[in-house]
Amino acid sequence: MSKFFKSWRFTPPPNPLHSMGGGIALMLAALLLMTSATAQAPQPVNDRAILAERPPALLSDYRLFRDAGARNPNGRVTSYDLNTALYSDGALKFRYVYIPQGAQARYNAEGVFEFPVGTVLVKTFAFAADMRTPTENVRFIETRLLIRQAEGWVAYPYVWNEAQTEARYSPIGADVPMSFTDEEGEAIALDWAVPNRNQCKACHDRDGDLTPIGPSARNLLRDFAYPTGAENQIAHWNRAGILGSLPAREVLPVPRAYDPTSGSVNDRARAYLDVNCAHCHNPQGPGHTSGLDLSWGQTDPALWGVLKRPVAAGRASGGFEFAIEPGHPERSILVHRMQSTDPGVMMPELGRQLVDERGVELMREWIAAMDRDGRTPQ
Amino acid sequence: MRLIAAVAAATLIMAGAADARTWRIRPGPEAEQQLQTALIEARPGDTVQLGRGRIELTAGLSLDVDRVTIRGDGEDRSILSFNGQRRGAEGLLITSDDVTLRGFAVENARGDAIKARDCNGITIREVRVEWTRGPNPENGAYGLYPVNCDNVLIERSIARGASDAGIYVGQSRNIIVRDNLAEFNVAGIEIENSFNADVFGNTATRNTGGILVFDLPGLPQKGGHSVRVFRNTIVNNDTPNFAPAGNIVAGVPTGTGVLIMANRNVHVFENEIGDNGTVNVLISAYRNAFDDAEYNPLARDIVIRDNEFGNTGFAPAGDLAALSQLGVPIPDVLWDGATMYSVGGTPRMETVRIVVQDNTSTRTGQSSFLSLGMPVAGSPLTEAQPSPTPPPLLAVEEPDAVRIR
Repeated sequence: MSKFFKSWRFTPPPNPLHSMGGGIALMLAALLLMTSATAQAPQPVNDRAILAERPPALLSDYRLFRDAGARNPNGRVTSYDLNTALYSDGALKFRYVYIPQGAQARYNAEGVFEFPVGTVLVKTFAFAADMRTPTENVRFIETRLLIRQAEGWVAYPYVWNEAQTEARYSPIGADVPMSFTDEEGEAIALDWAVPNRNQCKACHDRDGDLTPIGPSARNLLRDFAYPTGAENQIAHWNRAGILGSLPAREVLPVPRAYDPTSGSVNDRARAYLDVNCAHCHNPQGPGHTSGLDLSWGQTDPALWGVLKRPVAAGRASGGFEFAIEPGHPERSILVHRMQSTDPGVMMPELGRQLVDERGVELMREWIAAMDRDGRTPQ
Repeated sequence: MRLIAAVAAATLIMAGAADARTWRIRPGPEAEQQLQTALIEARPGDTVQLGRGRIELTAGLSLDVDRVTIRGDGEDRSILSFNGQRRGAEGLLITSDDVTLRGFAVENARGDAIKARDCNGITIREVRVEWTRGPNPENGAYGLYPVNCDNVLIERSIARGASDAGIYVGQSRNIIVRDNLAEFNVAGIEIENSFNADVFGNTATRNTGGILVFDLPGLPQKGGHSVRVFRNTIVNNDTPNFAPAGNIVAGVPTGTGVLIMANRNVHVFENEIGDNGTVNVLISAYRNAFDDAEYNPLARDIVIRDNEFGNTGFAPAGDLAALSQLGVPIPDVLWDGATMYSVGGTPRMETVRIVVQDNTSTRTGQSSFLSLGMPVAGSPLTEAQPSPTPPPLLAVEEPDAVRIR
């Protein structure tokens, strides 16, 4: 931990402009502008498109990327990763954050950061032809934008064309047939479901308002390989000026769910549930009527589902009595629903067609090690 | 790439008044995307009109716009068919306020048929929800399913084949369920963890249990109270329980007319309740162990009056079959007798008022009553000390009639 916090206290190198007289600095700035203009620098991100009432038809209209294929982010568009991410049939995800000039996100120790108006969170879903070589023959399916407008967040899905030259706004979703070889070498064919606007909200919903899920301090707290070298993401955002002042108090990163070296079984299982389930199953989320709260901050095992009887599960109970029966993953409804691909049974309800075998294995290990009170050895 | 998106192609007819629009959806290969497009692009005040015939859906539909009406040409003419559903946990999901559904059917959803969540104002009128193969544990759980809603009106609708409850109102407030038909479900009509419900003029027949009023622990809203069940026809509920194990209704004995479990201030009056093979009215505490300090498992302040009972006890099922074999006669109204429970080892006790009066029976003239004399909630039936003496007649004030605002 201390390693991360040292990097938070990183002092930027002295800015040459600051050490000069204001007049010279202005002159220099003007000179820089002129040079960039003559070098035909790319146009900046299109803030007007971002704040427009109706989304533009093409992803490229936002100028978030410098190339038509959206591989090369524009200035101020910062790439990021999460410690533990939502399972989406194993798709590759490329995430970026854009925060307009002069604005900053506010640090928040618990949930997602508070992002200023004009922020765009960009997520592109893709598969490599062979997922064992994930950097080769990568095909983009869709790019989802979460935009912070004055009245709140909006979600806009853009679907890529076959030629991968253009992504088009698709508010009612789409079915995209995909085939690829998975990480185990198995050939997979599925109809990728691009969510419609209501389905976006089915996950990104807090008390009826659309909200981001991923970029919280605990989930961003990790190193990222920037072109300038590896650096802690939060420190980098802060240094780049897109994230405001950082607290002195330490926050613990969530572990990487599938990486046993990153945390105990309990912590990894809880991290998995937080990202994959808690967007619905929290007291303000769409799944609140179930009484489950799978958020990272919830410490009462009864609210994780330990010895909790089903309420409205119907046949999704699989004939079992409890959401989690300690010591018995094979009789736990939570595992049963994660293992299903039947729309009337499966959890999450949306966003996957395959079973997350590694996630299921993690849940099994966790529940098998649980005592009657839902606690597992750390 | 097969894009079902891009252009919203639904036929749009301007309806003049106040900018409200009518989206007309006709069955056909484009109907699914036209319908979902309309449900997304609709503005408050719009109507989505379903044409005659079957619209085949592959994914669950959802509506998140206030003051929209979805209406068809009648429950037998305009049918949303989910035979080929591949995605979505319900047929139709409503998450906005003041929505009206009228005159169409939802058939064979893979999960719940119509769910309305977190709504203020939901009206369901002359709608049919059905699993057409009949009772089957693979059917979806709920037919009409408002949850955490205020101002719920369900009327003149039909629910058939749900593997939990045909009409289920959960964790809601201010509810009217009237003049509906619920048949061939596990529970015909169920009011659960809800406040202020009027359930009247309904027919609940051929279910496992006719009308259920439940309160369960561990949910955001509990302490269900103020429910009136009156002038219903609750007869011949005889479908063997087909609920998947684990669900609370899997414990409902086949052939139950009315079942009140936990809850406060429930009034059952002027109903016709008969030909229910196990028992006409069962009043019980919640019988499972629980770990919720705010939960009261007792059924208390219950009034059963002026009902007309028919035959019962001729085919007792579940726990009551065992009771019957011990020679205990099954009455019209059976109460477990619970007045005590414990939370975390601490016993709690309270005055439980159970009022049974002025009921008639076509079987015996005067209706019959039995208390099982099991004072602690959840006691095993082996501890029963049956007593036919009715509890003292204490006044229990009836809740006001529900008014939808």
